[in-house]
Amino acid sequence: MPSTPSMSESRTTEPVLEVRDLAKHYPLTRGVLVKRRIGAVRAVDTVSFALRRGETLGIVGESGCGKSTVAKLLVSLERPTAGTIHYRGEDIARLSGRALRAVRRNIQMVFQDPYTSLNPRMTVGDIVGEPFEIHPEVAPKGDRRRAVQELLDVVGLNPEHINRYPHQFSGGQRQRIGIARGLALRPEIIVADEPVSALDVSVQAQVVNLMESLQDEFDLSYIFIAHDLSVVRHISDRVAVMYLGRFAETGTGREIYDHPTHPYTQALLSAVPVPDPEPRTRPPRILLAGDVPSPANPPSGCRFRTRCWKAQDRCATEVPVLAVPTGLAGPAAHASACHFAEERAEVRA
Amino acid sequence: MAARLLDVRDLRVEFRTRDGIAEAVGGVSYAVDAGRTLAVLGESGSGKSVTAQAIMGILDSPPGRITGGQVLFQGRDLLTMGAEERRRIRGAAMAMIFQDALSALNPVVPVGAQLAEMYEVHLGMSRKDARRRAVELMDRVRIPAAAQRAGDYPHQFSGGMRQRIMIAMAMALEPDLIIADEPTTALDVTVQAQVMELLAELRREYAMGLVLITHDLGVVADVADTIAVMYAGRIVETAPVRDLYRRPAHPYTRGLLDSVPRVDHRGERLYAIKGAPPSPLALPSGCPFHPRCPRAQEVCRVERPPLYEVPAAGAAPASGGRTSACHFWKDELDALDAVNV
Repeated sequence: MPSTPSMSESRTTEPVLEVRDLAKHYPLTRGVLVKRRIGAVRAVDTVSFALRRGETLGIVGESGCGKSTVAKLLVSLERPTAGTIHYRGEDIARLSGRALRAVRRNIQMVFQDPYTSLNPRMTVGDIVGEPFEIHPEVAPKGDRRRAVQELLDVVGLNPEHINRYPHQFSGGQRQRIGIARGLALRPEIIVADEPVSALDVSVQAQVVNLMESLQDEFDLSYIFIAHDLSVVRHISDRVAVMYLGRFAETGTGREIYDHPTHPYTQALLSAVPVPDPEPRTRPPRILLAGDVPSPANPPSGCRFRTRCWKAQDRCATEVPVLAVPTGLAGPAAHASACHFAEERAEVRA
Repeated sequence: MAARLLDVRDLRVEFRTRDGIAEAVGGVSYAVDAGRTLAVLGESGSGKSVTAQAIMGILDSPPGRITGGQVLFQGRDLLTMGAEERRRIRGAAMAMIFQDALSALNPVVPVGAQLAEMYEVHLGMSRKDARRRAVELMDRVRIPAAAQRAGDYPHQFSGGMRQRIMIAMAMALEPDLIIADEPTTALDVTVQAQVMELLAELRREYAMGLVLITHDLGVVADVADTIAVMYAGRIVETAPVRDLYRRPAHPYTRGLLDSVPRVDHRGERLYAIKGAPPSPLALPSGCPFHPRCPRAQEVCRVERPPLYEVPAAGAAPASGGRTSACHFWKDELDALDAVNV
């Protein structure tokens, strides 16, 4: 596991990516000819985190919470409304042109759907080798075929299949092609947005295992974004739980999954079905009332308060800060954006 | 012995495609009794949904074609009865819930009117009475402010609320059997929990039989009595829910259970079944799982395993015994017991 500190102290502490107060607001407009701005969808609102070398940060949340927008911001497919993304001391949110292109080489993305994210009219060799067209310094022209075949081999595909088209591969194999493309430029960071959720259960495990062994081999840092809490627990060193554009709680896998202190995390975890008719330790299920509010008009104060059973007057007026709550000790002492953060009694029992 | 609510026997479905004939369902048998839940578990392409479509009589044909078997509903074969008779059973006595409520509901008719139509057409109610019943039904599936929302269109509801409307529509005529095809797959996990809870509650209240089709091992663990596991168009194992999770008698089932990461504890490296599910156009010889099976022997390559009877641990449930389509089911169980001791 890359998380074990035995590798070297400096590696686990030195951040490769530092994100501060990141925000992305999409304008809402009315009118066809004359567009008037009538508001904004706050897809991401003041998100901060650091990613260390060789580490996997999992971001979980339900649909619409803004996790995919975070992914797009990190790889500069979208520009942030506010905030900074520091990579090697440079704010990539402010870069453009040649400088941005150079940084992008080191932060690559793996997409969710291996059926639509690969061009059906390009061969596997062209797909995996396309990054070399943009960054010819990585692999000189005469060397590309061999470089692509090496990549195919690394992700467990037959290098002989370099001239085949995506439709000749199964879903799991296509995701391996997507991963090979992500690895082509030997990046430091891979941002994977739901990389296994379109795959069958029996194939998911293969791709998760592949991502883990590639991380060890190439010393990669991962941002692993998914709605499946079980997969995220398996692969992540640290986990951030996202709700309506903000991080609700962050911590190590053990802190978040075994000692959650934010009511949303507690409800989310209790709702995950476990493949076991008689689980040994399971707190009773918390059924949340209602739906997630619209990010165009989020609740004041704490964004979760409209569905929270602990909500008080204070929650409507005062935005809870993501920090270690006072009075909590042991694994419960991790960052949680709740005025009334505490472990569930049933969990501790 | 009283007839079973639904008794599917050796059902076969094939599809004619440009590339040849695909055997989508190759002799499937399962049964469910009133008040019980049967979960049909399988990956994409396993034939679980095609089986359900054939049972409901909504198979796309062509290209699909039922080539054999029986679908006995309360003792009568749906496949041999006339279209008109079958239409009366469908909707009134058996109903289906689909994965994607947005495409299953009519987008240009308010949901209240869609529900009311069920009562007008099947029960001959007046429009006014039908509307009143529709609102009651929406209230029953816990749609907030049902009376006001009856005039809204499907797109105005959230995914979870739409799925409740689908459930209301299936429940409207109080059927004896509901077939739910991946009813919560498109939903977020907190909403999924709400919808599953509602479905289980309604099944208890009306003592319906429920066939729950899913790929999710987690979802069925809580609600099913019996589980049938499908692979490549066939049932590979049927077992009471506890037995299936504790002592799977087929290497495919065991592989599936081992390959799922768990939220309740962190495991080491995941077990991965090698390879990918086969194409229905080119099924492997013998046991269709043999190219991916860690236990495969020569016999598996040449001889298709029948469904062997497997003794159930504990009391056999009313919905039938245990079966496994593996030549080596005994070795599989012995190996598991050796580890668990």
